Amino acid sequence: MSYTPEMRESIKKVEATRPARLDQPFPRLAPEEKERLLERFHPDYRAEGFRDIRVGPNKGEKAPNELVDVLEGRSHLTSDALDLTRIDYDTDVLIIGGGGAGASAALLARENGAGVILATKLRLGDANTMMAQGGIQAADKPNDSPVIHYLDIMGGGRFVNDPDLVEALVIDASLVIQWLGDLGVMFDKEPDGTMMTIHGGGTSRKRMHSARDYSGAGIMRVLRDEVRSYPEHITVLEFSSAIELLMDDKGQVAGAILQNLETGEHLVVRARCTIIATGGSGRLHYQGFATTNHYGATGDGLILGYRVGARLLHQDTMQYHPTGAAYPEQIVGQLVTAKVRGLGAQVVNAEGNQFVYHLETRDAEASAVIRECTERGEGVETPSGMLGVWLDSPMINIIHGPGTIEAKLPAMVRQFKRFDIDITKDPMLVYPTLHYQNGGLILRPDGSIPGIPNLYGAGEISGGVHGRNRLMGNSLLEITVFGRRAGRAAALRAKEVELGKLTLAHVDEWNKQLQEAGIDNPILSPILLPDYARKVR
Amino acid sequence: MPEELIPIYIMGKRYDVPPGLTIMKATEYAGYRLIRGAGCRGGFCGACATVYRTAGDYRLKVALACQTVAEPEMYIAQIPFFPAERPAYKLDELEPTFETLVKLYPELLRCLSCGTCTKACPQDLDVKDYMAEAMRGNIAAVADKSFDCIMCGLCAARCPAEEVQYNIAILCRRLYGKYLAPEAKHLSERVAEIKTGEFDEPMREIKSLSEEELRQRYNERDIEPA
Repeated sequence: MSYTPEMRESIKKVEATRPARLDQPFPRLAPEEKERLLERFHPDYRAEGFRDIRVGPNKGEKAPNELVDVLEGRSHLTSDALDLTRIDYDTDVLIIGGGGAGASAALLARENGAGVILATKLRLGDANTMMAQGGIQAADKPNDSPVIHYLDIMGGGRFVNDPDLVEALVIDASLVIQWLGDLGVMFDKEPDGTMMTIHGGGTSRKRMHSARDYSGAGIMRVLRDEVRSYPEHITVLEFSSAIELLMDDKGQVAGAILQNLETGEHLVVRARCTIIATGGSGRLHYQGFATTNHYGATGDGLILGYRVGARLLHQDTMQYHPTGAAYPEQIVGQLVTAKVRGLGAQVVNAEGNQFVYHLETRDAEASAVIRECTERGEGVETPSGMLGVWLDSPMINIIHGPGTIEAKLPAMVRQFKRFDIDITKDPMLVYPTLHYQNGGLILRPDGSIPGIPNLYGAGEISGGVHGRNRLMGNSLLEITVFGRRAGRAAALRAKEVELGKLTLAHVDEWNKQLQEAGIDNPILSPILLPDYARKVR
Repeated sequence: MPEELIPIYIMGKRYDVPPGLTIMKATEYAGYRLIRGAGCRGGFCGACATVYRTAGDYRLKVALACQTVAEPEMYIAQIPFFPAERPAYKLDELEPTFETLVKLYPELLRCLSCGTCTKACPQDLDVKDYMAEAMRGNIAAVADKSFDCIMCGLCAARCPAEEVQYNIAILCRRLYGKYLAPEAKHLSERVAEIKTGEFDEPMREIKSLSEEELRQRYNERDIEPA
């Protein structure tokens, strides 16, 4: 499975230019240059990839076609489908989603006195959190501050972020690192305890903390183990998908209908407060892109929230990670962590020439790779016809000393070694891959969703934190910061809530709206899982 | 069947699939819509632990379905769930000692050091070695050597002594991270500064800037050398 002779020829050119590239820093993009690059090459600017939403709170606004398909979907239920007086679970706080945000919310809700049900579609921990490799940002070094972090985020997000959410993110960052450390997450440290931190694309200080290149796994494994330490307060329901939120006759959110994915059985969960923490939607494969996302990333929570009136923000912007694997075929689209660039590896074309500074923000870096492979025709073609550019990983051991790649990027080394590619000696072939949903449900800093009583959100489901482009290392931060905030706020709110009679009337109302909007043959949504099974006719 | 297809056997039943697919994609090609046995699809979550055998070979082999290419005549079964023991504990109430390990996992001392676990690990971890460290009470070494564990459960599934290696390992990593790792003093200091409100005023100031002022400050910000 190692490289073809044609690719080997190109690698020789990469090796030939390497010494010069090590010496000459490539210029960063000027602000106007970056704007032009994005407008011409970023997938968010491809008009044919988007259309207007015809129903609901964001009616008349654009979203990617694939997202509109599910937003304009029909419910799996009708209001009379279930007997809502037969309640299977009654709880203070229902959390939908078992990734980092859901687990953090569960822990903080418990800490604040709530009984918790955590319902998740796959297993606890099956989430994008587990796959995050690069790290988590926090301004905890003397030369840094939350204010500098704030500025980096606003600029990276193109100044449309919600300032209150960004403030919450940067102020809580160090608190969260300490919390995670206390729970036993093993951050990379110097012998004297100093955090080892590096740059990420768009950072002005080295504030990326890591746990080797298993940063997300390091966090998720610990959060999962901690959740399992409180079985008397936190009930975990795996393979249980939320297919609709429940309301009461006072217009409050009052829990959800779950469906057991294996048996098909429906469960009525009545909850005083509900937290949506279902993550992203990469498995909708916007514009046909391969994705780094886990199997369950189908945007379920966006749909559940939208149907009860929650508004979306920046739903028309997705993050394409500049470095997805382009070869070998078996791992196309999978993440090559940004930490590879953080450690100094440059991105170069088929001729071995660098064409973009290696630490631009992700939107710009991805756009530059797309330009190189399309307009400029300087990409490397794989046997399956895919194009890519080289990520020159061997530079890392030259810059930082032998053994650095093996020590800092064990997951990457292993991933490629499985297909007979040694990234300590040869570069990796990469192309942008669908990575992250920049926008989502509008939140307040405490995690509550404006205008929808008793509904909260946290994690990739939210909109506004990252503006139109998230910086590396701010998603692991977001899930923990807002998971904690939502868990706490929901637990406190739950003490005051008095629920009325349960109803699914909003589902009928939604189906009526679809009809009035003239939406014919809507698909059933949320889709719960992508369907990759080959259909044999 | 077109001749380019290869036969594989999913739980004993034959399907013909194109060569070069991972076991996971081959299973989907065969027509399965996976519910269990698929998670991250990228080698990080441990959901797709798979046992297989190839024709003419009596030995059972193990792999992650998302990271392993299906071969002709492969007999495949997934182990998407393994009912392993995870005793009740709260990290706050534990001490990072050998006694803690043995109290929670008394079967630790029954480890035969046979190495079946090491052979089973799809991450190529030396599980036997970290279990030996656990038996010596060297929690830091267990934490270090088990760091890349994805908790798929294949070690425990194959262990003749019925150890739950991966749960012992996460316990050790947590004990190390909480109690044994050196403290980051700059972090504690920053947390104290945040709690005393040291950044409240600078935050108010930057939040009060117009977009134009903020843009200017962003474009002129100094960047720490790489």
